[in-house]
Amino acid sequence: MKCQECQKRPATLHLKHVINGQKREHHVCEVCAKEKGYVSSPDEGYSLHHLLTGLFNFDSVPIESQGQGSNHLQSSRDLQCDKCGLTFSQFKRSGKFGCAQCYETFSSRLDPILRRVHSGNTKHHGKIPKRRGGHLHMKKQLASYKAELKALIEQEAFEEAAVLRDKIKQVEQGIRDQEAGDDA
Amino acid sequence: MTLQQFMNEAISPWMRKEGPDSDIVLSSRIRLARNFVQVPFPIVANEEDELRIYDFMRERYEHVSFQDYEDFNFLSIGELSGVEKRVLVEKHLVSPHLIEKDQASAVLISKNEQVSIMINEEDHIRIQLYFPGFQLNQALEKAFELDDWLEENVDYAFDATRGYLTSCPTNVGTGMRASVMMHLPALVLTQQINRMIPAINQLGLVVRGIYGEGSEALGNVFQISNQITLGKTEEDIVADLESVVHQLIEHERRARERLLEQSGTRLEDRIYRAYGVLEHSRIIESKEAARCISDVRLGIDLDIIKHVQQHILNELMILIQPGFLQQYAKKSLTANERDVFRATLIRERIQLDK
Repeated sequence: MKCQECQKRPATLHLKHVINGQKREHHVCEVCAKEKGYVSSPDEGYSLHHLLTGLFNFDSVPIESQGQGSNHLQSSRDLQCDKCGLTFSQFKRSGKFGCAQCYETFSSRLDPILRRVHSGNTKHHGKIPKRRGGHLHMKKQLASYKAELKALIEQEAFEEAAVLRDKIKQVEQGIRDQEAGDDA
Repeated sequence: MTLQQFMNEAISPWMRKEGPDSDIVLSSRIRLARNFVQVPFPIVANEEDELRIYDFMRERYEHVSFQDYEDFNFLSIGELSGVEKRVLVEKHLVSPHLIEKDQASAVLISKNEQVSIMINEEDHIRIQLYFPGFQLNQALEKAFELDDWLEENVDYAFDATRGYLTSCPTNVGTGMRASVMMHLPALVLTQQINRMIPAINQLGLVVRGIYGEGSEALGNVFQISNQITLGKTEEDIVADLESVVHQLIEHERRARERLLEQSGTRLEDRIYRAYGVLEHSRIIESKEAARCISDVRLGIDLDIIKHVQQHILNELMILIQPGFLQQYAKKSLTANERDVFRATLIRERIQLDK
C-alpha cells in the first residue's frame, strides 16, 4: 500500500480515528505522518512534562467547590492573571505559569494540581531566601523552638524549658517588630 | 590539535578528580530554579523583559568569581555555532531546552565547569553544581552558598506557602533537582535493575538514561533524581535520594562480586572482547560504543583490565557524542562519517593509556 499523502513511499503507519462513531482510516508513511501531524515528531518525545500537562487537564471541578453554582460560573469565565495575562486554560494547555503573580491568581485551583504532582503536598518546607525572608526565618526558628519546648516539657526538663521559653518570647517580639516595620 | 589537547578542553576539569564511590557514582548534581520577582517568566516574557535579566546577569557576574568557582564565562547562546551549542549540551552544562532559543538566552560557566547558571531557560536562572562521585551533601551545601550569594543582588520570586516560584509547578517549592549519575552494569547484566526501577519510582524518585529525560540508559549509566520539590526540605530530599543510592551501590557491588564468582571467565571474555572492539574497530555506532565502554570500565573497576584509567568511561561517554565528534573533526559529519570518526577517536584514546 502506498502512502495516501505523498503517493510515493510505502505506508507504514495505519491509523484509525473514531469520531462520533464514524471510523476513518489513514495510511501514511513515516515522513508524511510527521509532516502532516498525524503523529508527534519523535524529537518532541513523550516527556514527563507531557504526562504532567495531561494531569493538569482534568475537567473535574475541585471537590471543595463542587455544588457551588458561583464557582461553576467562575470556571466558565476563565481566570486571567492581571500581571502577565495568562489565562487558566492557557496554563492547563502548557502546564507552565507566566509569572510569580500567577500563583496568587490561580491559587484557588492550585492545590489539587500540586497534590497530584508532589505526592499530596501543597506547602513549602525548606530553604527561605536569606535576605528577603527575614521574618520568615524567624517564624521557622519559632516553629522549631516550639517543637523543642514541647519535647523538653514531655521529658520534664523544666529548667531548660524555661530558658527556651524566654528565647521564644524574644523571637516572637522580633517578628512583631519586623511586621510593624513592614506595615510602616 | 592532538587528542590529548582536545580532551583537555573537552573534559570538564572537575571530572578528572575522583570522588567517593566513584567506581559506581560518576557525578552528583544539584540544580536550583530561581526567578526574579518583578519579571514575567521566560515563557511569556517579551524580548525587553528577557534582556533585562540577560543584561543584569552579564553586567553583574561575567568574569566574577565565587569561592572556588572562578571567572564565570558568559556565553550568549545566539552567538554560538550549532556544534558549539551541541557540545554544551553534551557536557551537561546546559539543557537541550536552552539552546532551542537564541533570543536572550545565555549561560555563565565557572572556569572549572563545576558551576553553570542558565539564563532565561524555562526559569530566569537555573543554578547547576556538579561534584565528582557521590557527594550530594557537599553539592547541596555549595549550591546553597551560591544561591545566597546570588540572592544578595536578586529579589527572588518566593512565597511563604509555595516556596520558590517556578514556571512549571513540578519545580515549585525548593526548586531543587538533586541527581546522581550511576554506572550499574552488573545490575543490568543480572536484570535486577528492571525490578528495582519501579520500586525506586514509588519512592518519588525518577530513573533516567544518561542523556536525560526520555533517553535510554546508554552504557548502563543511569541518572536518579527527585521528582517531588514541594513539601519536603532540601536536606530531606537529598537524604532520601542518598539512601536509595547507597542501596544501589551495595546491590551493584554484590552483583559484581557474584558475577565474578559464578561466571568469572565469561565476564572476563566479555570485557576483553569489548576492549578488542574499542581498540580495533573502524566503524562503530554510539550504542555499541557505549556498551563496550561500559564493559571496559567494569573491567577496570574489577581489576581485570589494569592499564586503562578509570575515568575513561566518563570521558568517552562524552566524547563519542555527535557534537564532540564534529568539534574534533572541525566539520559537520554525516551519521556514517561519525561512526568512522568515532572508531578512530576511541582507538586513539585507548592508545593514550598504553
